[in-house]
Amino acid sequence: MKHLKIIFPVLLLIMTLSSCNSNKSDQASDDIAVYQCPMKCEGEKTYPEAGSCPVCKMDLQPMETENSKELSDQDISEESIFNLTSKWHTEEGNEIQLEDLKGKTLVMVMIYTSCKAACPRLVADMRNIEAQIPEANLDDLRFVLVSIDPKIDTPERLKAFAKENMMDGEQWTFLQGTESSVQEFANVLAVKYKKISPIDFSHSNIISVFNSQGELIHQQEGLGVDNKETVEAILQLTQGQS
Amino acid sequence: MKTKAFSLIIFCCVFQTFLFAQTEGMVYIEGSRYLPLYGRDSTVVEVNDFKMDVYPVTNKEFKQFVEKFPKWQKSKVIKLFADDSYLSNWKNDLELKDTENPDSPVTYVSWFAAKAYCECQGKRLPTVDEWEYVAMADETTKDARVKLSYNAKILSWYETPRSNENLIGQTPKNIWGVYDLHGLVWEWTLDFNSVLITGESRKDVDKDSNLFCGSASVNATDLMNYAAFMRYAIRGSLKAKYAMKNLGFRCVQDVNEKK
Repeated sequence: MKHLKIIFPVLLLIMTLSSCNSNKSDQASDDIAVYQCPMKCEGEKTYPEAGSCPVCKMDLQPMETENSKELSDQDISEESIFNLTSKWHTEEGNEIQLEDLKGKTLVMVMIYTSCKAACPRLVADMRNIEAQIPEANLDDLRFVLVSIDPKIDTPERLKAFAKENMMDGEQWTFLQGTESSVQEFANVLAVKYKKISPIDFSHSNIISVFNSQGELIHQQEGLGVDNKETVEAILQLTQGQS
Repeated sequence: MKTKAFSLIIFCCVFQTFLFAQTEGMVYIEGSRYLPLYGRDSTVVEVNDFKMDVYPVTNKEFKQFVEKFPKWQKSKVIKLFADDSYLSNWKNDLELKDTENPDSPVTYVSWFAAKAYCECQGKRLPTVDEWEYVAMADETTKDARVKLSYNAKILSWYETPRSNENLIGQTPKNIWGVYDLHGLVWEWTLDFNSVLITGESRKDVDKDSNLFCGSASVNATDLMNYAAFMRYAIRGSLKAKYAMKNLGFRCVQDVNEKK
């Protein structure tokens, strides 16, 4: 009987865990919906319920509520990348979830270390951005380089890459995932990639900036493009915090 | 007592396997090597044996899924995983609009939702290569891409509006026994984001294969296969949280023993 008592909770636990995390859902329901005319006929006026605009008669649209800003530190918003629960390995060999990066402004890019063409330039772009950030802001900032080649890019290899590229400081983080977590992450960032030979990938060159709650604020596309806007976005985010 | 408890566990495990990993409604697809439209350097790709759903997932089946996993219900799904049109042909979390048929393919689903659906059944989404491999068959041949009638038929579907409202299983089944790959809805693939052709590709992708200008179409391995061309173009323009009226999905499952 004693055994049964132990086994049952364990069994329950296993079943809950194995059922695709179905019980992680309830954040959405406590939003209070606010409606607004899509044409903004009355400026920023909002309505508590659905209906039509008294001026142009168009259906009122539910507004993107800004309550993400009011959320307490424990909660994350629906659009936050911290909703991804996959596990990652850092270049230091630690196992983390993206949520462990919460509280810092994140600048993220996807690369692979055996890359000869675009990645060095992408990495240079990242360093370029870093160089334009005052040192005082760096504390609240993490530059995260996610490998799209989790088989080859082990933590050791990422560490070596970091050293080689003088990106071994506190503010740099390298992540190794699994094929499926990388695919999911890329889809969140709208990054496209494809293995084109055993060692080479073709991929989008996108640098993404997230606020401390993991919400996407800015994306910079292309290589060697003017990064003024990206830097501005980062400065704004990091100044807000300090 | 101990043995009883253990038999209970075993029973539960077996039961759960039946519940989540049933392979009913799937057919065996014998893998092979073939030349896809956009392969790795436009070379032959190898597809392993796998099983594929005979039909696309229907509204009815998806309803059962959201009943079991409320996080994928219309009002509960988080914005990271689905855009505003997610299940927009549903009345509420658990009911279709009256105009919709439960046996029509489910559409307005995001990649994340489709992926979760398949994973909960111990399956997964097909890769682009797998999907294209099965889809190049017609009723009598495994590779019908050279037949004029094959391409013409698919293209005439592309011109037919509102085919997503049709029921599953009404198009002719292909030689593998799979229905509706053409003629009903577009379907999500696991690695749709490996198609590097977007409107932006000149600027954001280092290796160019820009579908929309002549230089790239020469790279396509089969100029005849204009229909496949369109599929790759659609995939290239999708984002994972998009939910669209004519985009559904079906699942596949790996077969363990290699041939």
